[in-house]
Amino acid sequence: MTRRHVVVVGAGPAGLAAADAALAAGAEVTLIDTAERPGGQYHRMLPDAFDAASPEALHHGYRAFETRSRRVLGHPRCSWWAESSVWALEQPDPGSVTPPLVHVLTGDPGGGPGARLRRVLAPDALVLAVGAHDRVLPFPGWQLPGVFTAGAAQALAKGERLVIGDRVVVAGTGPFLLPVTAALLAAGSQVVEVLEAARTGGVLRGWLRRPWELPAQAGKSGELLEYAATLRRHRVPYRPGRAVVEARGDERVEEIVSAEVRADWSVVPGSERTTAVDAVCVGHGFTPQLELPVAAGCALRPGPGGSPAEAFVDVDDDQATSRPEVYAAGEITGVAGAPAARAEGALAGWIAAGGDPEARALTALRRSRDQGRAFAARLAAAHPIGRAWPGWLRPDTVICRCEETDYAAVRRTARDPAGTEPRVAKLATRAGLGPCQARVCGPTVAELRAAAGGRPAGCRPGDPVPPGPHHRPVAEPIRLGELARPPEPPSPPGTPRQSSDPSVEESTS
Amino acid sequence: MSPRLVPAGSDPVGRRDRPLTITVDGEPLAGVAGQSLAGVLLAAGRTSWRRSPSGAPRGVFCGIGVCFDCVVTVNGERDVRACRRRALDGDAVTTQSRAAGGDAGSSTSSGTGTGTGTDFGDAR
Repeated sequence: MTRRHVVVVGAGPAGLAAADAALAAGAEVTLIDTAERPGGQYHRMLPDAFDAASPEALHHGYRAFETRSRRVLGHPRCSWWAESSVWALEQPDPGSVTPPLVHVLTGDPGGGPGARLRRVLAPDALVLAVGAHDRVLPFPGWQLPGVFTAGAAQALAKGERLVIGDRVVVAGTGPFLLPVTAALLAAGSQVVEVLEAARTGGVLRGWLRRPWELPAQAGKSGELLEYAATLRRHRVPYRPGRAVVEARGDERVEEIVSAEVRADWSVVPGSERTTAVDAVCVGHGFTPQLELPVAAGCALRPGPGGSPAEAFVDVDDDQATSRPEVYAAGEITGVAGAPAARAEGALAGWIAAGGDPEARALTALRRSRDQGRAFAARLAAAHPIGRAWPGWLRPDTVICRCEETDYAAVRRTARDPAGTEPRVAKLATRAGLGPCQARVCGPTVAELRAAAGGRPAGCRPGDPVPPGPHHRPVAEPIRLGELARPPEPPSPPGTPRQSSDPSVEESTS
Repeated sequence: MSPRLVPAGSDPVGRRDRPLTITVDGEPLAGVAGQSLAGVLLAAGRTSWRRSPSGAPRGVFCGIGVCFDCVVTVNGERDVRACRRRALDGDAVTTQSRAAGGDAGSSTSSGTGTGTGTDFGDAR
């Protein structure tokens, strides 16, 4: 019997666990990630060039991660494709039961013409573990330099030891604001205040209700308490019920305006206050990176809030999507943190590799996943996006950063009967047509259009969830020259591969 | 004040920095091996290096390659995300602009003006 070939996209906690489990089940694995090193955003690693003596200083669970990472990357049946982007998934045949072809570009994205190689993989099963990126709701001035996403602040601090400023305000909603604040403090920034838009009652009810359930997620709760203690030690005020509603400055952010917000995030008049900063970092939850699941044809399900802007990949008890031989794990199935992502990944990888679905170890994995999801659901319930947030927008507030489409234009087309089709609205306002292809503004535009009366199709209960802004047949930018070049010939199935950087492999062939 | 690199001497991760130099529009900037181009630019006190269609300044926003606000031209290759590309000693970086008459990029047929727009596909 030939070995099954499992392609895992994404080497964060979910993808790495998937690769590990698929190898354990006997498959040949190709693990693909855009970064040079595994870990994803959660275990974002320092560059090798830093030659750091104590990289574990920045990480929770570094040892377990390091052990797994070595085991996977050093496995004779694993090919590790670093600095590699999956730019398209191609359906082999309508109605086919084989997974899509995986189109990959490998190599330095800035290495000049010819630096990246085109490769095509035809796996027996595909595990998508591509993660999520920060969602940031717009406010006047959010396009100013010095306004960063919370993830950017953390990526720079954890991945490069660069702090975004000396006087920083951290704002938005959700527990992620806490590790970001801790990372900034550890790197020597002064965090002036943390603004959590959710009000105290909701946060406490969400976090602390039924505390006897917490031990199952002891790691995560412990982390949260540890961060809370760090804030207290540094005397950083944590202000629930306040939001950044404006950023001001000449060429870069110099001050922010914050305001008290009600439970629905409407601004309490007269509560505005100006704070001098040299940087602000903002996060209002996460947007799953759905272009590959959508390209694979996976059905989506609504997120916890039911908003048309929120959708995740629908998976069954084994992490299988609606497409045969396509599995999903981690934040594209719901934002539930690293422990749940690891459990999901391990399940997905095992099943994708043809492992016994009744294996005893899976019971514990499924339980861990379900507990993680329950914990995440509770946190999500404590930090919903208040529906009145557009109240802090002005007609000229930039909504689409790339095309500088303003709020007035988005509202105008949403009300225009000819512009109710999302595609027409996109062309009319240009929102989502710029370089990022709506990755940043897409969910916001969808939500604003729904609020302004342009009802998006398919949001009735039971209807299929539309792919919305995530339909991007080309998932990553590819240069025409790269597209024109024929792909590298595929390795014959079952051929043992070397666990090495494909660019190195190429230069020696 | 500005973004800055945590000094190696006080960094608990115990870095051993090796210096490098890149040029940005011809001006030399010092960095250390391992930094992204965005990291070098930020640590050198530059918070913006690109212009939007209206001419507004842009720098790093998402930091993980999603938003494309930080794109630069590297050694002649356009539209490289500065947050995703490691700086290499001797890299020649030129800034980009989508404002009319911005950078040296030729005007394109997509209506997005000079600069980054067309290389990313349009009107999907």
